[in-house]
Amino acid sequence: MRHLLSIEDLDRPGIERILDRAKSFTEVSEREVKKVPALRGRRVLNLFYEASTRTRSSFELAAKTLSAEVINFVSSGSSVEKGESLKDTVQTLSAYRPDLIVVRTPHVGAAELVARWSAAAVVNAGDGKHEHPTQALLDVYTLRERLGALDGLNIWIVGDVMHSRVARSNILAFTMLGARVTVCGPPTLIPRGMEALGCAIRYTLDELDEADVVYALRMQKERMTESFVPSLREYAALYQIDGRRLGARQVLMHPGPVNRGVELVAEVIDSPQAMIGQQVAAGVVVRMAVLYELLAGSSGRAGIQSRLVTA
Amino acid sequence: MNPARPRVGQGAEPLVQREQPVADLLLRGAHVVDPRAGIDARHDVLVRAGMVAELGDPGSLEAPDGAEVLEGEGRHLFPGFVDPHVHLRVPGQEHKEDLDSGTRAAASGGFVAIVAMPNTDPVVDDATVLRSLREAARREARIPVGFLASITRGLAGEALTPMAELSDAGALGFTDDGRPVHRAAILRKALQYQRLCGGVLALHEEDPSLSGAGVMHEGEVSARLGLAGIPSISESTMIARDAAIAGYEGGRIHIQHLSARESVAAVAEAKARGVERSGDEREARGRISAEVSPHHLTLTHEAILRAPNAQAGEAGRGGGSGLDTRLKVNPPLRSHDDRRALLDGLRDGTIDCIATDHAPHAREEKEVPFEEAPMGTTGLETCFAAVYTELVVPGVLPLGLVVEKLSAGAALMGLTPPRIAIGRPAAMCLVDLASEWQVGEAGYESRAENCCFAGRTLRGRVLATLAAGAVVYRDRAFALAPA
Repeated sequence: MRHLLSIEDLDRPGIERILDRAKSFTEVSEREVKKVPALRGRRVLNLFYEASTRTRSSFELAAKTLSAEVINFVSSGSSVEKGESLKDTVQTLSAYRPDLIVVRTPHVGAAELVARWSAAAVVNAGDGKHEHPTQALLDVYTLRERLGALDGLNIWIVGDVMHSRVARSNILAFTMLGARVTVCGPPTLIPRGMEALGCAIRYTLDELDEADVVYALRMQKERMTESFVPSLREYAALYQIDGRRLGARQVLMHPGPVNRGVELVAEVIDSPQAMIGQQVAAGVVVRMAVLYELLAGSSGRAGIQSRLVTA
Repeated sequence: MNPARPRVGQGAEPLVQREQPVADLLLRGAHVVDPRAGIDARHDVLVRAGMVAELGDPGSLEAPDGAEVLEGEGRHLFPGFVDPHVHLRVPGQEHKEDLDSGTRAAASGGFVAIVAMPNTDPVVDDATVLRSLREAARREARIPVGFLASITRGLAGEALTPMAELSDAGALGFTDDGRPVHRAAILRKALQYQRLCGGVLALHEEDPSLSGAGVMHEGEVSARLGLAGIPSISESTMIARDAAIAGYEGGRIHIQHLSARESVAAVAEAKARGVERSGDEREARGRISAEVSPHHLTLTHEAILRAPNAQAGEAGRGGGSGLDTRLKVNPPLRSHDDRRALLDGLRDGTIDCIATDHAPHAREEKEVPFEEAPMGTTGLETCFAAVYTELVVPGVLPLGLVVEKLSAGAALMGLTPPRIAIGRPAAMCLVDLASEWQVGEAGYESRAENCCFAGRTLRGRVLATLAAGAVVYRDRAFALAPA
């Protein structure tokens, strides 16, 4: 694997290899000196065209823990504001010879374009509503830690599926690891043709108790003005996960940031079923494993050698 | 189109082109396929002073002194193609295409006449713009070009253009192509005014409240990619609306670039209703016509998906990796089922002609993320070869039908369709059906390279085109036999 642009770049053994390596990295965070030299001398470029808190900081922390050099590029204050195209920006920054680019953009397929225009390995940290593969990997990691294998699990993804890149990557990753996925939300927020991703579709939470895992998505306030839902109140009445709806044996996840009182209420956020904090913590080790896989894993090493040979 | 509706003035000549020396040549032994003339056999064709002078059995005709001989043995001769839907981008967007490059691309694709759309900058919405455009075409166009003017000023959908004056200045008809005429009352007034000025109303059918911010067909692929979809009903509901208005006013409309099964059904229903109402089938069927593009006939939304497990950079030229912006077109490439309905519609006559909707864009405009890219693909250079390779070779459509549909747009625009018949001006193309070529490998005649078939190997190469009596294109590799 040269890039991680989509969950489809991985197969089940590939995912499991990354998760196993992530597990082995947990020990690093417990050391007094939280650093290993695995990627010493390598350059990681964070290229963020969208606001991000946890994704960017966890990629940065992951890279630094592996001793890589990190350059952060955020679109505000950059030449992007002067109208520089994505291609020109990527080619300009590629002159700094990054070994790996982490890219987030509001546009579907932009990470793939970056991969086409740069010699660096590329990790998609979110491309529009398309995919966010490292989020899916850290969610799978979190679930595996809690429940063991995902085989046979019933996972419900609840909320604004239409506008969610997390939903798309997670449906693919969960089903690849043997889980059954149901997406549930207002019919206006479940795109036509969604079942082609291999998930079932429900418009009510009536059968939520069949779920082993409830994965709530962020409900953005602007969806209201576009008439996707008549009001947040109505949305909450129908789809909010609260203490009555969440069973004691069910596990609750959320990609963050949470809209308290909309998709989730405080009582479930703070409940023992909630794994939101574990998801954030998993972000660092899983992203370490992804960086390691691409820059020092077997295919990564081969890539370096071939570059040396051609140089 | 309708003899009961004379134009206000005498009107200008419908098509313009630069002056070119008329041809004197003998096309020897090509297989002539002209369904309109009832020919499907090998012939010698003698062109003298730009007119078809003689047709004879292979080997029966002699080239007069000074005439060239084109060897047609093993090749096919078709009546030249006519495209009622081309964007030449002049005036104002010459970085995408110009009159010379656009008509050169057309000639190389076997076209002998094309009709240019008015969504330029400025819009062709008044007679001075149209007159200067036609003047420019008289200097630069390599093949005859006709122009449509816009239905509304500035394509804003608010106020009618001076349609009668535009008609006198040479507009073949009217269209707001690129946009729908959103307000039913405006379309109705244009149809009423049509009684005065004649000319077809060519309609881009899309309900913007349904298509919204959509960038591709709404279906499994858009759901998978997280891209906003354009539902089929955004097209078909507008066709139904406009057919009803046109029926009420007794107007003549042409539906551009059909893409969806529901749209084919809407056109079929409108045609059937018209026949019921008037009793005169020919007349009624002529009141609503429809076109389909080569890309909608041959491609589906699945082409936009990334090939599974393909890593960026590994894919060869012309794609393989997903979200190729050359496949971003409006209306969008739809499903296999829609494509089947379009093919059925072409076979049963619901769809009258093939039109490319040639829409050139500059490289930097298309080298952006999919959602940001402008819509459109070029089509003139690949039209015949794409349809021949994808539909005729596998036996989906007969060659004769394709040849007929590739020039049927002429009559819909009020033009005389080309025919290979004695006494008619030479408007034909010589094609080698066995010749394979890779799209884009040798560059393009068009200024633009946003071709949805880029990288594909196609069969069928146009070797020479004669338009308005002149040789307007010769393939570089096509050696002339000695006279």
